[in-house]
Amino acid sequence: MDELNFTPFLLSFKLAFTVTIILLVIGIPFAWYLSRTKSKIKPVIEALTALPIVLPPSVLGFYLLVILSTSSPIGKFFWEYFNMKLVFSFEGLVVASCIYSFPFMIQPLQNGFENIDKNIIEASYLSGKGTIMTLFKVILPNMKDSLLTAIIITFAHTVGEFGVVLMVGGSIPGKTEVASVAIYDFVEMMDYEKAHIYSAIMLVISFLVLFAVYFINHKNKRKFNDVY
Amino acid sequence: MMYINVRKTLHGSEGGINLECEFELKHKEFLAISGPSGSGKTTLLRIIAGLEKAEGIIKVDNEIWLENKKFLPPQKRSIGFVFQDYALFPNMNVLENLLFVNKDQKLAKRLLEMTDIFQLKNRYPNMLSGGQKQRVAICRALMRKPKILLLDEPFSALDPDMREKLQDDIALLHKEFGLTTIMISHSPSEIYKLSDKMIQLNKGKIEKIGTPSQVLLKTDTSEKFSLEGTIIDIIRADILNVAIVSIGNRIVEIVISRNENKNLKIGDKIIISTKAFHPNIRKKELK
Repeated sequence: MDELNFTPFLLSFKLAFTVTIILLVIGIPFAWYLSRTKSKIKPVIEALTALPIVLPPSVLGFYLLVILSTSSPIGKFFWEYFNMKLVFSFEGLVVASCIYSFPFMIQPLQNGFENIDKNIIEASYLSGKGTIMTLFKVILPNMKDSLLTAIIITFAHTVGEFGVVLMVGGSIPGKTEVASVAIYDFVEMMDYEKAHIYSAIMLVISFLVLFAVYFINHKNKRKFNDVY
Repeated sequence: MMYINVRKTLHGSEGGINLECEFELKHKEFLAISGPSGSGKTTLLRIIAGLEKAEGIIKVDNEIWLENKKFLPPQKRSIGFVFQDYALFPNMNVLENLLFVNKDQKLAKRLLEMTDIFQLKNRYPNMLSGGQKQRVAICRALMRKPKILLLDEPFSALDPDMREKLQDDIALLHKEFGLTTIMISHSPSEIYKLSDKMIQLNKGKIEKIGTPSQVLLKTDTSEKFSLEGTIIDIIRADILNVAIVSIGNRIVEIVISRNENKNLKIGDKIIISTKAFHPNIRKKELK
């Protein structure tokens, strides 16, 4: 048996980590806006946000490939101004994954924001605090489980994605060949042994991540239930 | 001095009503607002707090809180607000709830000691009873050292003993901190005990304004005293008819004549009054 190469796992986790951080920064204000707005275009925005859930990854991957390639205005812009190629590169994977995993960050956060007791937000304003202070000291600490769910699901979903990364990233070892794609490659090469090992590792890690989420949620629920 | 003259259209369950209120409040006055649900009490309080916008004028001392385009947000108004359901921050303990408003440790300690809950300072809100939560909420509202304290039915979810204790706390704090207080309340005894001015709202308009005794005592001049109650049962006992009447949160039995019995039925609102009598009054023995 050849030496096992863990680069695809490292790539997968590096990608998931980067995407989760970026989406968290974008997602908090975006989900906050969605939870507050009474605008008529809210359903349109919500539908667009949820699109990656229902769209076949190949369709999304195809459009992203077209949009991000250097022959499109967006791809060209990044290439000319930042010297960044957005297809068949790690940066491209990050951009594509951010779009693909967007709803998995937004929806739990939006739910969290919508379920916060409106009175404690007003109580914070009445305590003389502005929106930013209220967001970080009152709102986010009181929706820890939504926040945690959003982070973990986004992370796990990015680790687990396949179709989009294959189309936008190709499968360049050490650059864009993430774990899920590597497994596909092994199966194609009929190297079932490695496919087995890689798949088992993915399975165990995924289980542990989810178990951690449910375990923490369970503990939190017990802590916050009213005694009286 | 506080001057309020506000207008707002409300969309309630029974169609829209126009809230239109104008009144003045002197420094250190205690105003109670009462009225049926949907009369606009809470909205009026929220407008004063800056939680809702309205047309008109709100002026406190020489500061304009509301006028034409000018709207001072709640953060800039010198107010303390106590919600009906406490609205404590679940992620902070009692002391942290207070210090979130203002880092003044001394004031926090003083308030918690005045309301007898200093020993609970490290508890989280989910470990407190309703009365304790409401006391924390009142202390938190005063951490801003506000000129004006607004209370939205602060005692409605509490049992009678706890109500009395909290009414005493409010009376003490109102005096001690030289507050101008506005409280929404349904309880005549509470209003009578605490306030020196009251407003009766109905469908968004001020129906009555005056001292609590002017507004609340609805006796005709010839009646020495009268109580309002509801008949919950009428029992025939031998030749007598006995009406079981609920007054406040007490149940009493009253003998009624045959004539009276003809006119009264279960569920009727009644007034029990008397002209010539000598009531027995004795001090209640404390258990």
